Amino acid sequence: MRGKAVIAGIGQTAFGKVPGRSTISLNIEACRKAVADAGIEKGAVDALLVKVPTSRVEMMYGQTLAEAMQLRPRFGGVFDQGGASNISMIAIAAMAIEAGQCEVALVSLADNPRTGSRHAYEKVWGDDADFGWSSVVAGYAMIARRYAHDYGNIDDVNAAIAIAARKHGAANPNAQLKLPLTRDMYDQSPWVVEPLRRDDCCLVSDGAAAVVVMSAERARKLGIKAPVPILGFGQGNTSDAVPLREDLTTTMAGGSAKTAFAMAGLKPKDIDVAQIYDCFTITVLMTLEAYGFTPKGRLRDFIEEGGFEVGGKLPLNTSGGLLSETGMPGLQLVLEGVRQMRGTSTSQVPGARNCIVSNQGGIMHTHSTLILGQ
Amino acid sequence: MSKTVEAPASTPAETHRAALDDRRLTYQRCRSCEQAWLPAREECPKCWSSDWVWEEASGKAEVVSWVVYHTAFDKRFAGHLPYNVAVVQLAEGPRMVTNLIDLSEGEDVIGQAVTLAFEEEFDRPLPRFKLRGP
Ligand SMILES: [Zn+2]
Repeated sequence: MRGKAVIAGIGQTAFGKVPGRSTISLNIEACRKAVADAGIEKGAVDALLVKVPTSRVEMMYGQTLAEAMQLRPRFGGVFDQGGASNISMIAIAAMAIEAGQCEVALVSLADNPRTGSRHAYEKVWGDDADFGWSSVVAGYAMIARRYAHDYGNIDDVNAAIAIAARKHGAANPNAQLKLPLTRDMYDQSPWVVEPLRRDDCCLVSDGAAAVVVMSAERARKLGIKAPVPILGFGQGNTSDAVPLREDLTTTMAGGSAKTAFAMAGLKPKDIDVAQIYDCFTITVLMTLEAYGFTPKGRLRDFIEEGGFEVGGKLPLNTSGGLLSETGMPGLQLVLEGVRQMRGTSTSQVPGARNCIVSNQGGIMHTHSTLILGQ
Repeated sequence: MSKTVEAPASTPAETHRAALDDRRLTYQRCRSCEQAWLPAREECPKCWSSDWVWEEASGKAEVVSWVVYHTAFDKRFAGHLPYNVAVVQLAEGPRMVTNLIDLSEGEDVIGQAVTLAFEEEFDRPLPRFKLRGP
């Protein structure tokens, strides 16, 4: 299926505080812009896949959105894998198109935890609440502590990841946080849940993003201006709650990437730019190692080889990622991958031909991978 | 027709909690495949059998990882900051979330042996683990 489907259009809302707007309204704005970017009519859309808002889960959300958009999708609904849903839904759309189930799919995500409910991000963990076990960040901190014990100090590499994202975010006029980060600022950043600092943690953001998926053949027939081919995709689900994982530092991210690389016929060395889900810095570190960019425990070697900024060893999160552009769970990374392949990023990697994008959900419970080309 | 009223059957989670309230830490073991697990479930997660028994933990465990909260996401803990939460593996295999007793700042305790010690908190005995043995 390599290259058989393309991303034909992208759209997004403002990021950050977007008060007084429902997630339905945010989704519609992103979809309206994605359809306009593709240069197609609403009538061409016959599939709608949407990630349920993380901040407030609703039943039949896909149908509520379709009603508000007066769509009667041949194919659609909600796919719930947390933040991994976005890329998984793009993959499902591509497969559905290939199987003749639909022709033009909208994949959309909206969330408003900043001005709406943050309940999902700060929840207490069931029977373990009386130990004080609460929040998403603590789960990642539990993994980060074990990683540092098993593979050595992670401060340098986590700081480099955060500094790169914040530098790229500062260059992106749409970013929520445009304040560049220095190493001193990082080292002085307060603990949230030790060993994670405030500057290791993503933003809390309102906003929406959407993409239009169609076949490459249809994009040619419709004269789509800047179609970006989908070269590969994959997913993997670790599933176990953090306390139950036999090995806290191993997830299914590697399997997800293996599937995507095999489909694309590519290897890590072929990747020019990466958009890696950075809900927390430790997630980026573990994702890149699981993807095979370096052996486990060796990502720190990239720092000496130029690191993660444009011009470095592996430029990543070139629109600022979740740490700087918007904390929205994931689809914005696909939009930035599309911009890199079109050559229109505000932190463009010169001559970039292949971009890898990761999405993940829960506390490394789910993972999905997308490889885009030209 | 007469209506029979059955006593509500307790769930495995309720049975596990009742034992804790009695200051006993229990876990489940499958009679088909010998797998031992927590948290309490209705089926063995390894072979899906519903034929299992309760066993009482020896209280010996090892630290898998731990974190220190500097934020009270749960407002009940606002006065407890900073406080630790740990994952430990019982000698019998199951893993659980707990708090460590006598954790010193700056010390790496991963892999250290710990011992079960119940402490009263929130009007219940909480199964915590003590770092430097009894
Ligand atoms: Zn079994």
